[in-house]
Amino acid sequence: MSPGNSAAGAAYHGLLGWITTIDHKRIGLMYIVSAFAFLLVGLIEAILMRIQLMQPLKHFLSPAAYNQIFTMHGTTMVFLMAMPLLFGLSVYLVPLMIGARDMAFPRLNALSYWLYLFGALMLYFSFVAGGAPAAGWFSYAPLTEKSYSFSPGIDYWALSLLVMGAGSVATGINLIVTILKLRTPGMSLRRVPLFVWMVFVNAFLVIVALPPLNAALVMILIDRQLNAHFFLPAQGGSALLWQNYFWLFGHPEVYILVLPAFGVISEVIPVFSRKVIYGYGFMAASTVAIGFLSVGVWMHHMFATGLGSGILYVFAASSMLIAVPTGIKIWNWIATMWGGAIRFNVAMLFATAFLLQFTIGGLSGVTFAAIPLDWQLTDSYFVVAHIHYVLFGGTLFAMFAAAYYWFPKMTGRLLSERIGRFHFWSLVIGFNGTFLVMHLLGVLGMPRRAFTYPDRPPLGALQFFSSLSAFLLAFAILVFVWNVIVSVRRGAPAGGNPWGGWTLEWATPSPPPPENFDEVPPVRGRRPLWDLVHAEPGGPGDD
Amino acid sequence: MRPLNTSVFDPNSPQARAIDHLFYVDLAIAAVIFLTVAGLVFYAVWKFRQRPGAGEPFQDEGNPRLETLWTLIPAGILLVLLVLTGRTMAIVEPLVGSHPPDVVVVAHQWWWEYHYPASGVVTANEMHMPEGEKWLLAIESADVIHDFWVPDLGAKVDAIPGRRNYLWIQPLRDGVYLGTCAEYCGAEHALMGIRVIVGSVASFATWTASQLLEPATPASGEAAEGARLFQTSTCQDCHRIAGTAASGLVGPDLTHVADRQTLGAGVLTNNVANLAEWVRDPQRFKPGCHMPNMRLTDADARAIAVYLEGLK
Repeated sequence: MSPGNSAAGAAYHGLLGWITTIDHKRIGLMYIVSAFAFLLVGLIEAILMRIQLMQPLKHFLSPAAYNQIFTMHGTTMVFLMAMPLLFGLSVYLVPLMIGARDMAFPRLNALSYWLYLFGALMLYFSFVAGGAPAAGWFSYAPLTEKSYSFSPGIDYWALSLLVMGAGSVATGINLIVTILKLRTPGMSLRRVPLFVWMVFVNAFLVIVALPPLNAALVMILIDRQLNAHFFLPAQGGSALLWQNYFWLFGHPEVYILVLPAFGVISEVIPVFSRKVIYGYGFMAASTVAIGFLSVGVWMHHMFATGLGSGILYVFAASSMLIAVPTGIKIWNWIATMWGGAIRFNVAMLFATAFLLQFTIGGLSGVTFAAIPLDWQLTDSYFVVAHIHYVLFGGTLFAMFAAAYYWFPKMTGRLLSERIGRFHFWSLVIGFNGTFLVMHLLGVLGMPRRAFTYPDRPPLGALQFFSSLSAFLLAFAILVFVWNVIVSVRRGAPAGGNPWGGWTLEWATPSPPPPENFDEVPPVRGRRPLWDLVHAEPGGPGDD
Repeated sequence: MRPLNTSVFDPNSPQARAIDHLFYVDLAIAAVIFLTVAGLVFYAVWKFRQRPGAGEPFQDEGNPRLETLWTLIPAGILLVLLVLTGRTMAIVEPLVGSHPPDVVVVAHQWWWEYHYPASGVVTANEMHMPEGEKWLLAIESADVIHDFWVPDLGAKVDAIPGRRNYLWIQPLRDGVYLGTCAEYCGAEHALMGIRVIVGSVASFATWTASQLLEPATPASGEAAEGARLFQTSTCQDCHRIAGTAASGLVGPDLTHVADRQTLGAGVLTNNVANLAEWVRDPQRFKPGCHMPNMRLTDADARAIAVYLEGLK
């Protein structure tokens, strides 16, 4: 990489400067802003569903409209919101944290972003091109075959995911090479921040998990466009083949969406507790363990497909096993807070809520690993509750912690703590109100993805409560938007290191200049900025 | 008669009870773990708040022994849960072996077809079975993936085209057990209700005998006109009525449709007025379903409904 790479974008200004940029910070910001825009789109879809479900047998949305909307909600939140948000955070922070000037392949980085944006826009173009896909975010065959889904929605869905998937693999490779090759002198792999460790493992998961999905997407496109029959049992294909391919991607995908969140929490909790992370070694090792185990648990999505007790039991065991390294993290985060001097800034509030909500999501996850419980609860609202506790109460809460923590670094201004507290509390109440009752709805026999439900108490009352809470949730997100708009213009100046952070991104001005550092501080331990202040290098990881 | 509900916590079969017992154990474990985590977090939040004037806290880098301990304890708990899981599986889904199925369930977009191989009865949407007997259901699909789920009777099982899956159920009380399709299967996934009607062994025998009779063809009146319309309109292309020329297998078998409690897989109460409305425009009640609006007049729709409601 020539030194001129990162500066090349600066040849243009304004909009053209953003379009032509190969600076990892600008690309990161474009990812984050685009992902947040799709968060708002997915939120609108969620609210439409919650209005339809407020009362039994309501006619707000037609079945066809509801089915398109829940499909687009799931696809948007997973592929257009969560993944790019995490990629954005990763490509923004990783070079800063390891003291590099940019990603290893800046142009590839830009390509990945534009593939994502065009893929995302192509998916939404389906609305005006004959109808959005309506087969759910995991699009089980043979419902996706031409004989059952005639409109081109599925074709747009598959092509869009394929385009974005190619970009994701490129980002994975880019992150791995960056972390392996561009660390500043002194920063061994035993000293990189835990966020970087989590992103590192995550990047391997991306390049392992996406290819099965991409292969399956090509197969369904061949089925639909060239009249093949990979997934059509009547012609010798297999309906379960799709599920194996999809979940071989899909379960690692859950960890792809969660590991960077773990990384964020592992940065935020120590800084706001004024303590070093407890058990760095266990944290990193358990992440590697999660990475390996996550490619061996996919069939727990298929416990009700009648595959036979023997094989299912193996997957029950592996699914329970993966809870162990995840549990280690919870205990270590609590141990980090233990004996600390905790400052409850909004970032820390979100991290604390993450601990509790993610624990609920983890425990309901273990419930699904116990196969007979899965036989009752899978495909019910219990699963809807579970996925939202993991990906919303977990990942998205961690992303808000990240927003309050790194917004000052990215913009040079602090987010308002006052509006932030309002945002936090309304989101906690709105989120838990919306999804906690869904556990109960599932236990009461409410299937997921149903556009309506019978008028049988107490289903209506619970759904109504969930919808009201969802409106509060949406309001909370708007409060955050308001906070960003206000703070970007009039927020208090952040300075280089507003939180007393210890990792390298805090050793450069906010926002960081092109190529990041005038001079990278010496790295003699895991917390270079701590070592600068505490003259005796006694920090962890010191040789 | 038991109240109509679909709660997992109201099990009425040994299979559903076994699952419930495991669920209680799982919930207890989850509650203890969650309360431990929450207790520690709240204690830390209260106790270790930053106090003004205090210096940097002690930098504790970790304790491998302690960390190993909190790795092994959860692993031990999960091992217990795994063993209990295996035991419950053996109760809920014992090996099928060469046992012939008592009912073959065929899922369609968006209704259920039931074959009773022993007696030859064919019916739709409402499955009858005797109280106390342990039956083996074979679950199949005619089109896309569906899922047969009656929470009070036990596990759910996918209906997958090209496969035959199995489910054991043994209702312990008489009554109506509600269920639904649990795997998203297209436009009307939400309106694909299941009713399992459980009666005494004697009443099930009576029902079986009645289902095997061919209904009489009406000789005169509105019903006779309805019978003629049924055979001359396109109805008989998709529906079967034993003893007549109607032998279509696309839609539900209507030989004894008047015996059913509901229409359209639980969409409407079964009576002449509702059936007439349904026949005139099914898309009004179940938009996207495969039965088209045949553009019948109100009078013709009513005649067909009167004929069908005579089929007992």
